Amino acid sequence: MIRLLLLLLAITALPARAEEVVMGLSKDRVSITADFDGSEILIFGAVKRETAIRTDPPLEVIVTVSGPVTPVTVWRKARRFGIWVNTDAVEIDAAPSFYAVATSGPWSEVISEVEDLRHKVSVNRAIRSVGAPMNITDSQSFTEALIRLRESRALYQQRPVTVSFNESTLFDTQISMPANIVEGTYTVRVLLTRGGRVVSQYSSELEVGKVGLERWLYNLSRNQPPLYGLLALVIAIAAGWGASAAFRALRSG
Amino acid sequence: MQIYLPIAEVSVNVFLLFGLGGLVGVLSGMFGVGGGFLITPLLFFMGIPPAVAVATGANQIVASSVSGVLAHLKRKTVDLRMGTVLLAGGLVGAALGVYVFNLLKQVGQVDLLVRICYVVFLGIIGSLMFFESLRALRRSKRGGPPKRRHHGWVHGLPLKMRFRTSGLYISAIPPVMVGLSVGVLSAIMGVGGGFIMVPAMIYLLGMPTKVVVGTSLFQIIFVTAFTTMLHAVTNYTVDILLALVLLIGGVIGAQFGTAFGTRLKAEQLRILLASLVLLVCGKLALDLFLTPADLYELGAQ
Repeated sequence: MIRLLLLLLAITALPARAEEVVMGLSKDRVSITADFDGSEILIFGAVKRETAIRTDPPLEVIVTVSGPVTPVTVWRKARRFGIWVNTDAVEIDAAPSFYAVATSGPWSEVISEVEDLRHKVSVNRAIRSVGAPMNITDSQSFTEALIRLRESRALYQQRPVTVSFNESTLFDTQISMPANIVEGTYTVRVLLTRGGRVVSQYSSELEVGKVGLERWLYNLSRNQPPLYGLLALVIAIAAGWGASAAFRALRSG
Repeated sequence: MQIYLPIAEVSVNVFLLFGLGGLVGVLSGMFGVGGGFLITPLLFFMGIPPAVAVATGANQIVASSVSGVLAHLKRKTVDLRMGTVLLAGGLVGAALGVYVFNLLKQVGQVDLLVRICYVVFLGIIGSLMFFESLRALRRSKRGGPPKRRHHGWVHGLPLKMRFRTSGLYISAIPPVMVGLSVGVLSAIMGVGGGFIMVPAMIYLLGMPTKVVVGTSLFQIIFVTAFTTMLHAVTNYTVDILLALVLLIGGVIGAQFGTAFGTRLKAEQLRILLASLVLLVCGKLALDLFLTPADLYELGAQ
């Protein structure tokens, strides 16, 4: 009896979740085949609520897609003895290999600085760089360079106002992944915000992986490198001999 | 049409790759150079990671060299004996070169060193060859008698061997040394070494130009095969799919190149190769001296 009372108390004490977000993906697997040329992913969802719609301040949606996180070294060149040499390096501890962030409104309106920091939403926050070497005072410019370089290859995408959000309930957006993405488990997040504060979030996983011939070759090169090397040589020698024989036949015939 | 490369992990245009392979194949057949000094920088330019470009370049050179050697064997312009002696030095040199390369990697700045190596060697060899062939061409136009091969210190060494195809009776020491130094350089620079081997055979060993190309190709097959295996086993950077597209273009190009090569005069062939070497050298030197578009770059992951 006491136990039941406690349980009841626990249930009622839970903060009433006024609004909750749910999400779906057009596919949960991106297959890298030999003719892979990038992929489009449709991310859609809805806001689940038990109360009437509150519109002031308005509800906003942020969608992020993040690739596997790895360390990256960023080099900076300087002129030494007349030639350009890599002089400074900063090891960025963790940077996603792919990162796209789409919002339903202008960036400054959808999320506050504090919430961005807490939930690591913007590209800047998704990258973690702690220790720069002592001699480098402007480590921020290395992070900026990383973002700039990856943005130019469409690996980092900042897309404000690309999430369509209807009646504060239904939303959808499209994220395009370029052909040069790496394999791994990608994380898709949806954050629901009101007045710059995150009120609900939902995340899901997306597998990006090679299939068929691509998968087979990749595995062979990692698991049996001598065999793979020999295969490469056999193909090369056979192709060289084949072409020579074909040309001879062509000339004599 | 795009193709996704499983090891390089990038997607590139098939026809562009095919054309690149074909171009390098033509050069390979004409001049007896593997074309590594050309294919590797061009692959970087297409966005293929440098490590994969170097390793796969070596693999593709195996194919175009096999195709070229077979064409030369039929014409009996391969000095197998000389090729074997060069190769013996070459394999020792390549192993030594890999050791030096790893040593430099620990110190850092290996990228820069490789690039400086390219500029210096391409510059020296290109200009030497260019002026020498220009002089030879002028001489043959005047119709004067060709200068006799002078007997220098090279001919005073012991361990003499007869190289019938080349018409030489010289010591085995110079060819072994040539092979050795080319082996070292090819491992450091990630190329077959034909552009160094060809002039070394002509000017240092005094071999006739018509056997130089076939013999160089013969020795390149083995050095690049060795490099391919080494890269596949230690760095996993050989991309078979990339190599396949390149080499289909390459082997076809090599056949055309061999046919073109026989129609040109030896001096003209040498001037053409020299100009090409100087052109690549100039491009690489400019990259070192001019302010880069972006001062920052991402390291290999």
